[in-house]
Amino acid sequence: MLKNKKSSTILTIVLFALAAVTILFPLYITVVIALKTPEQIAQSVLAFPNKLHFENFLTAIEKTNFFVTFRNTLIITVVSVAGTIVTNSFMAFAITRNRGRKLYDFIYYFLISAMFIPFNIIMLPLVKQVSFFHMDNVPGLIILYIVMGLPMNIFLYSGYIKSIPTALDEAATIDGANTFQMFYKVIFPTLKPMNATVAILTFLWCWNDFTMPLVIISDQKNQTLQLAQYVFKGEFATDYSLAFASYLLALLPIVIFYLFAQKQVISGVTNGAVKA
Amino acid sequence: MKKNRAYMVIIIPMLVLFFTFHTFSFLKGIFYSFTDWKGYGTWDFVGLTNYLKLWGDEAIGDAYKFTFKYAICATILVNIISLLLALALNAKIKCKNALKAIYFLPYMLSALIVSFVFNFIFSNVLPDLGQKMGIGFLSSNILGQENLAWIGILVVGVWQAVAFNTIIYMSGLQTVDTDIYEASSIDGAGRWTTFWKMTFPLIAPFFTINMVLCVKNFLMVFDQIIAMTNGGPGTSTQSISVLIYKQGFSGAQYAYQSANAVIFFIVIAVISLFQTRVLEKREA
Repeated sequence: MLKNKKSSTILTIVLFALAAVTILFPLYITVVIALKTPEQIAQSVLAFPNKLHFENFLTAIEKTNFFVTFRNTLIITVVSVAGTIVTNSFMAFAITRNRGRKLYDFIYYFLISAMFIPFNIIMLPLVKQVSFFHMDNVPGLIILYIVMGLPMNIFLYSGYIKSIPTALDEAATIDGANTFQMFYKVIFPTLKPMNATVAILTFLWCWNDFTMPLVIISDQKNQTLQLAQYVFKGEFATDYSLAFASYLLALLPIVIFYLFAQKQVISGVTNGAVKA
Repeated sequence: MKKNRAYMVIIIPMLVLFFTFHTFSFLKGIFYSFTDWKGYGTWDFVGLTNYLKLWGDEAIGDAYKFTFKYAICATILVNIISLLLALALNAKIKCKNALKAIYFLPYMLSALIVSFVFNFIFSNVLPDLGQKMGIGFLSSNILGQENLAWIGILVVGVWQAVAFNTIIYMSGLQTVDTDIYEASSIDGAGRWTTFWKMTFPLIAPFFTINMVLCVKNFLMVFDQIIAMTNGGPGTSTQSISVLIYKQGFSGAQYAYQSANAVIFFIVIAVISLFQTRVLEKREA
């Protein structure tokens, strides 16, 4: 409701200044510390380094076993996202199309009510459960991510699927498609906006999750990127150059992803929250 | 009926997995809360002993106090800041998309790493600045002080949560028809009145979403504490989640912390239901 150009320019400048101090400053620190030697940090924490030490990254890669943890995280994230989209959407479809029948209504409310149970409430018994099935590894985490996301995803998908006319299913069935063909070839593509939302939320969760790997993973070869940062912090508490180089390596993939897909990410996340 | 058989091909295995890991874990937690299991060895049923012990336990009481103080302050701060930010970003400004993208960035980043970075800012950057500029209260690390450490965790929590809430408020503001502003300015309403009487009621559903999600997330605060203070100094920043994690896994209090988790679940469920009811009623 700004009436003139001048006040709009002032507001723009204020917002940029505020962003620089609050949002970009911590990121500047992260980059700068990662490129300094401990001596340079001791001289001045804030100054931009006169000499950039990119070798910090090589040392950090070696010491945190970066390629192993990166590969684990990438596999977990990609497979969990794909698995979630493929299975959860189908399940939501089956439930939504059969609402009103006792069994399906029960499954729906059973899953939705689980949204009230946060992860930390079940973590103690879950860990026992997971180790009983020898799932304290990468495939185990993938299964957990696909399954634990069900309540939220069923909720998101079913709201969307309601708006898709059943005539579409019928037409596909008359054309001789079986249920799987009907869903994956005809219905699934029409769910695109919700698929994007679920994919983005699952992606961010799997990539950034720390609690689940912390309580479930014990073997070093199964560590994720986030868990590796925590373990590394414990071992090299005071070597800030290496620690920050390592943090930056763990943040970078998601920042790069965001640079290219920020519009889709923002609309996907909004879509999910406003629907919910 | 062929259709239903096909549905079951996916529904049954998914439900079995969900039941095994989610539902069964939850039930098992309730079951063990009535025992004296340490997490290993033998156990006996002890009835309600764990639940009765919770009442007088100082560690539990302190954890509840910290968690609620944190969640209430964080929720209020986040909602005020995000609403202001959303109003500013929704105004006629330049580079709107770039600004929106920058302010949303914290949502993308891992809470653990963000907390590590802020840990460094509190321990090295701010004291350094404080000494150089002669500002006394900055010159020592607030995370090392029992009465101030929670503020450090609050700052990180708020810093990250504002991103999401701002976007939700912005999408709320976009649903508001701009004609109402013209109408209300013709009626001679001031800016504050316009916001409070016209805009806010229209974005009330978005306020509800933000309040409910905020409270629930902040009550579960975990990553930030593990990364920054590990519950310290002393136990001054020990949230309920951290207490369950630390004492349940390595403090030989498996059954006792299971009881703590069950009570905490009830508290969270009641709060979420209550909030949704009350806030939805106000919307109508």
